[in-house]
Amino acid sequence: MKRKFKTMDGNEAVASVAYRLNEVIAIYPITPSSNMGEWADQWASEEVPNIWDTVPHVIEMQSEGGASGAVHGALQTGALATTFTASQGLLLMIPNMNKIAGELTATAFHVSARTVATHALSIFGDHSDVMSCRATGFALLSSNSVQEAMDMALIAHAATLETRIPFLHFFDGFRTSHEVNKIEMLTEDDMRALINMDRVFEHRQRALSPDHPVLRGSAQNPDVFFQAREAGNPYYDACPDKVQAVMDKFSQIVGRSYHLFDYVGAPDAERVIVMMGSGAEAAHETVEYLNRNNKDEKVGLLKVRLYRPFSVKRFLEALPATVRKIAVLDRTKEAGAGREPLYLDVVSALQEGIKLGYGTLKTMPETIGGRYGLSSKEFSAAMVKAVYDNLTAPRPKDHFTVGIQDDVGRTSLDYDPEFSVEPDSVVRAMFYGLGADGTVGANKNSIKIIGENTDNYGQGYFVYDSKKSGAMTVSHLRFGPQPIRSSYLITKANFVACHQWIFLERYDMLSALVPGGVFLLNSPFNKDEVWDQLPREVQTQLIAKKARFFIIDAYQVARETGMCSRMNNILKTCFFAISQVLPREQAIEAIRQSIRDTYGKKGDEIVQQNLHAVDETLAHMFEVALPEKVTSQIEIPPAFSPQAPKFERDVLGVIYAGHGDEIPVSAFPVDGTFPTGTAKWEKRNIALEIPVWDTKVCIQCGKCAMVCPHAVLRIKVYDSKQLQGAPTTFKSTEVRDKEWQGLKYSIQVAPEDCTGCGICVDICPAKNKSETRLKAINMVPQPPLRIPERENWEFFLKIPELDRRRIKVSNIRQQQVQEPLFEFSGACSGCGETPYLKLLTQLFGDRSVVANATGCSSIYGGNLPTTPWAKNADGRGPAWSNSLFEDNAEFGLGFRLSIDKQAEFARELVRRLSGSIGEELATALVTAPQKDEADIFEQRQRVDLLKEKLQRLNSPDAKQLLALADMLVRKSVWIVGGDGWAYDIGYGGLDHVLASGRNVNLLVLDTEVYSNTGGQASKATPRAAVAKFAAGGKPGTKKDLGLMAMSYGNVYVASVAMGAKDEHTLKAFLEAEAYDGPSIIIAYSHCIAHGIDMTTAMSDQKVAVESGQWLLYRYSPERALAGENPLTLDCRTPNRKVKDYFQQQTRFKMLLKSKPEDAKRLWQQAQQDAETRYRLYEYMAQRKPEPAAAPAAPVETKK
Amino acid sequence: MDLTTKYLGLPLRTPLVVSASPLSQEISGIRGLEDAGASAVVLYSLFEEQLHKEALELELHLNAGTESFAESITYFPHSSEFHTGPEGYLDHIRRAKDAVDIPVIASLNGATLGGWAKFARQIEQAGADAIECNLYFIPTNMDLSGSATEKIYTDILREVKGSVHIPVAVKLSPFFSNLANMAKQFDQLGADGLVLFNRFYQPDIDLEELEIKPNVLLSGPQALRLPLTWIGILHGRVKASLAATSGVHGPEDVIKLLMVGADVTMMCSALLHNGIAHLRHVEQGVREWMETHEYESVRQMQGSMSQLRCPDPGAFERAQYMRAVKGLQHVLQA
Repeated sequence: MKRKFKTMDGNEAVASVAYRLNEVIAIYPITPSSNMGEWADQWASEEVPNIWDTVPHVIEMQSEGGASGAVHGALQTGALATTFTASQGLLLMIPNMNKIAGELTATAFHVSARTVATHALSIFGDHSDVMSCRATGFALLSSNSVQEAMDMALIAHAATLETRIPFLHFFDGFRTSHEVNKIEMLTEDDMRALINMDRVFEHRQRALSPDHPVLRGSAQNPDVFFQAREAGNPYYDACPDKVQAVMDKFSQIVGRSYHLFDYVGAPDAERVIVMMGSGAEAAHETVEYLNRNNKDEKVGLLKVRLYRPFSVKRFLEALPATVRKIAVLDRTKEAGAGREPLYLDVVSALQEGIKLGYGTLKTMPETIGGRYGLSSKEFSAAMVKAVYDNLTAPRPKDHFTVGIQDDVGRTSLDYDPEFSVEPDSVVRAMFYGLGADGTVGANKNSIKIIGENTDNYGQGYFVYDSKKSGAMTVSHLRFGPQPIRSSYLITKANFVACHQWIFLERYDMLSALVPGGVFLLNSPFNKDEVWDQLPREVQTQLIAKKARFFIIDAYQVARETGMCSRMNNILKTCFFAISQVLPREQAIEAIRQSIRDTYGKKGDEIVQQNLHAVDETLAHMFEVALPEKVTSQIEIPPAFSPQAPKFERDVLGVIYAGHGDEIPVSAFPVDGTFPTGTAKWEKRNIALEIPVWDTKVCIQCGKCAMVCPHAVLRIKVYDSKQLQGAPTTFKSTEVRDKEWQGLKYSIQVAPEDCTGCGICVDICPAKNKSETRLKAINMVPQPPLRIPERENWEFFLKIPELDRRRIKVSNIRQQQVQEPLFEFSGACSGCGETPYLKLLTQLFGDRSVVANATGCSSIYGGNLPTTPWAKNADGRGPAWSNSLFEDNAEFGLGFRLSIDKQAEFARELVRRLSGSIGEELATALVTAPQKDEADIFEQRQRVDLLKEKLQRLNSPDAKQLLALADMLVRKSVWIVGGDGWAYDIGYGGLDHVLASGRNVNLLVLDTEVYSNTGGQASKATPRAAVAKFAAGGKPGTKKDLGLMAMSYGNVYVASVAMGAKDEHTLKAFLEAEAYDGPSIIIAYSHCIAHGIDMTTAMSDQKVAVESGQWLLYRYSPERALAGENPLTLDCRTPNRKVKDYFQQQTRFKMLLKSKPEDAKRLWQQAQQDAETRYRLYEYMAQRKPEPAAAPAAPVETKK
Repeated sequence: MDLTTKYLGLPLRTPLVVSASPLSQEISGIRGLEDAGASAVVLYSLFEEQLHKEALELELHLNAGTESFAESITYFPHSSEFHTGPEGYLDHIRRAKDAVDIPVIASLNGATLGGWAKFARQIEQAGADAIECNLYFIPTNMDLSGSATEKIYTDILREVKGSVHIPVAVKLSPFFSNLANMAKQFDQLGADGLVLFNRFYQPDIDLEELEIKPNVLLSGPQALRLPLTWIGILHGRVKASLAATSGVHGPEDVIKLLMVGADVTMMCSALLHNGIAHLRHVEQGVREWMETHEYESVRQMQGSMSQLRCPDPGAFERAQYMRAVKGLQHVLQA
């Protein structure tokens, strides 16, 4: 039977098999495996059946631990069950995996292998997670490409049933999970043919059932555990042969042949690499190239497919008798271990196998080991060659690394970056685009078009930015007549396209272009003007490479055809028209058809609009004749200002410029510690328009600065003498606040850091009385203002901050003068979370420590190259750390315990040393109230005095106190994270921390969805919202976290929405921090995942409150202690319907367009939810406090 | 007593029709209108431009922020089939037709000529008894001449009439240089009915917020005068049915409009204000008035006070103003 070819990524390939071979699928989002769960959930919601014609049950759990538990239970009761995960998620599954394996239970887990967080988190690929599972008893089966991932998924499921050993099937995160490739699809008949139904029935027979009850999971004692543990050995012994039998059967059915160890290369090879994963594809093509092009090369590659159980016999049998030297490559690092794991297994197998006479090797080859590819580090043909070259040396470097420059341990192998094995028949194209312009989507579509319209194979890999706004994407596309094994980025491209003009001054895109290649530029300048606008470096390379230079004004075409910023089909059309991968007419028709296929579901309007854009494209595309000489005076500016500190400039700036791969080991901190306040060096210039202040209209309310998600709009109040030397365009006016009479007031924008979201303008309440469309803040095109406003900004920064003691923090118009210590984050433009974090830092930043759960906030807060967490002029600011996703509350509690203990010890030492430091100072130090800024200021002065005195003392106690003295100033501990953490995976810990009674402040940035991993439903997702894992609209209601927290009685709880009532938010932050016990603030955070207009999102929050969908309240245990009702409901009876709120957001509205009847029902239920919830809170807030119900005081610190 | 009338060729139990409004957004609402005595219902309008905007908005928001960051390559489930076209509206027609016995008249507001024709055909296929073309167009382009504006209207009617076989009514505004001529043009193009008049959105201003407030202003009883005038003038001069809408609040309003020549009177504001039971009250009032004044049928009174049949035809024109001035002088003299 002829199988279809399709273009897809590894995740979809695997999910399509796993879904069809299972009945219960428990999922939880984690990059890069989330997509597998999303596909499964999507298919289940569409009622796609498995191969037995029944629709699997798919359930989202609260964590990976939960998912594995549910799978374990499902397996024990007889279902065929699976899950998908990676990295920390896989680690959370380990306890269950040990159980599942110990009970010889057939299942296959699919893992897109990802780096385990150590000195830093990384979402990218290596085998550190999989290697952490070596001891679980799971079989470990590796696949190296998208095609193999699909094939091995089937083999894993068939093999687990045959062997009763559970399988962990893994493939490289991103490189395979996200690489788009043309593959031959397995059919359901293939799957049915490979799955042995007798084994399925046996699996069912072993299930727990009251009809034939057994006990499984006993507790065993020293007398028998050991023997019982050994009892399962025969299954492991038999496993490899049975897996090979399944592979052989697969080969008969499908035609592709696999072995436990697949050897490629010279039959008489002397040098062999042993490895597994996608890097083996690069090695495969390199081996073929080397053997083909150099008759003296005799090299080979052994791909390990079944890593556990490791078959010594088959390993030896797979190696040629001629092998003299072996390099084992591990894509993992085990710090402190003598060797990495694959190396150990290989050496052990060689020793044992040769001794037992397996295979043809008679003598032990020289075997060296090295690491490569951690966190998706490039592993190219050049690096493979370097490994073989190393083996050629008389004394090959052992314990090596390849792909980096290790100038500390000298482990790295040198390689020639110019070495390439790619044949001329492969078209290589690179596209530099902005996330928002649709470049990646267009390229995925191009691969599909070529895959489906020609016999060519296609490969696409996409490199994303570390930012969420203004993010650059680089697409790497290859097309060729043979399957493409190049599992690394393109470094020599025939075609380079720059889809955004701004990149010209930031990135060197042309270095990858081959001589005579094509450069396509999206240019706002016409063909006669464009040359003079190019930077000198670009002109130089174009001429030197004799490039063909094309331009298109895609902005204009998009604008004229109503496409906004989506230029995907316009630029795709250009690529096909220039590249001639397909005949032009055929290509255009294929694009038109793909538009009909892609957008047909979204309506004819969209189809027509895109078709129109394609029609308009070619008329706007021109080839530019290259002049003979470089004429430009425009230089590409350095990535970071020369004024940046050395580390920022030489390390972070290099990363920012896209050259992080070139930084040597010695440049890095050894423990993952980085300076804060570094985002200010980036100057991304991504805003098309920036806000401009009108001094005459402004009422100085401070709201614009408060809502600014990127802290680019700042207010300063200062003495007029500071205006000396001000740039001519710098704006200043008299301060309106009477308490600051005589001072000057300025609002200044950071023009190069602004993202242009426009939220400040939307929120501004002051209108120009003569022209009401204008406000006190108005958006104006950035380019003409860039230089003057840059000067203004630099001048503004030099104006000293107002003394914090002069600022009344309970009043926004004054409070917003406080300096934010969270600035210029890479969050989405208009982010709803960051204004809360910024507020936190304004109020308490100079004395706060932040524990940040993994998620959006940890990414825009801590993703290299820079961080928005900043310092003030005194060098003080938030100290920040991210531990994990699930443990954040506990992590933050640890901060509190540590700080409290050290502060207590410091106070004890002060008392002990009171004779030496003076009784008065000692008493003041330990009794200082530290309630407000003035108190804190005084305490800091006391501490300075104390330190001075301690310097002169030489006692052990004095030395101890000197080290601890700063702890005498009150520290504010903040535990920050999203709803995925607080409501789901971290809830157990959060609950325990609240119950601890300790003085911590939890800030839940509630976007009501897993924003960072791409919009999966959490328990905070409201009823009726469409999200991933809730494709049909969430059927259940949102968990009431605040109510649960209130049940303790001694927890301060607030529910806030800054856009609805900013004064309320401010009050809640102040009260929460002041309360000497646990506090939790649940902050409504609008999010791009809601499908909303981000510009008006802050003011749209009013509807959330007016409809009762979101409540504003504060629950204060201190009020209860005072005999008052602790709950204050801070919003009025809803005066609008929930549907008014739903109508603002695509997450609700889209259900109306897909399942109108379901939407109607869920919307009605949501209305009831809101009414019921309001009545409950109203009742609670109006209740007379009962003395008996008064809550306990915060728990005392245990001594 | 015979209250029957005919509108767009459709025989109706009474002249009381419910005009396009939110009252017809739910099937249960339409049933309620029938139960309260509506003789036909005009459904809320299908706006082509709105569909267009909704489709674009959906596309925009589903794609916003996608393909930018490695962890969140998309934000919504893989797209399922979206009904971004008129499917919901067409289904509403079908279900309304199943739910009630009274005629169901669809209301259409197109944005393009092709759209008018396409949607009209789909409305017909969905089973609507007639189409009311909601010609809601406010010409703000100062370069667009009156005749060009009129052509836009007539082109639309020609397009719709050429696309369907069911009756087509035209709901138009009073803002033409010569409304009588406009009515004649529509009549000659085969309009089956003229609905007088469309009430254009008239924004208000929020003085505190300095914002234009798009609040809907319900019609008051004084709005009756405009349709009353023009139906009185047009009755007997055009073949098309005449429907009065705007300002129909009580039984006397209905009777006055019938007398000047309306085939039906359409209500919306009064029902939104008083509830749909008000329909029954109006019908009863009409019956009582007819009984008191010994009218046997609606047909008997229809057009009896039109310009062609009234004792003082000049009163529909300038004389009306003159009399009003005279009346004022009388007051001043007194």
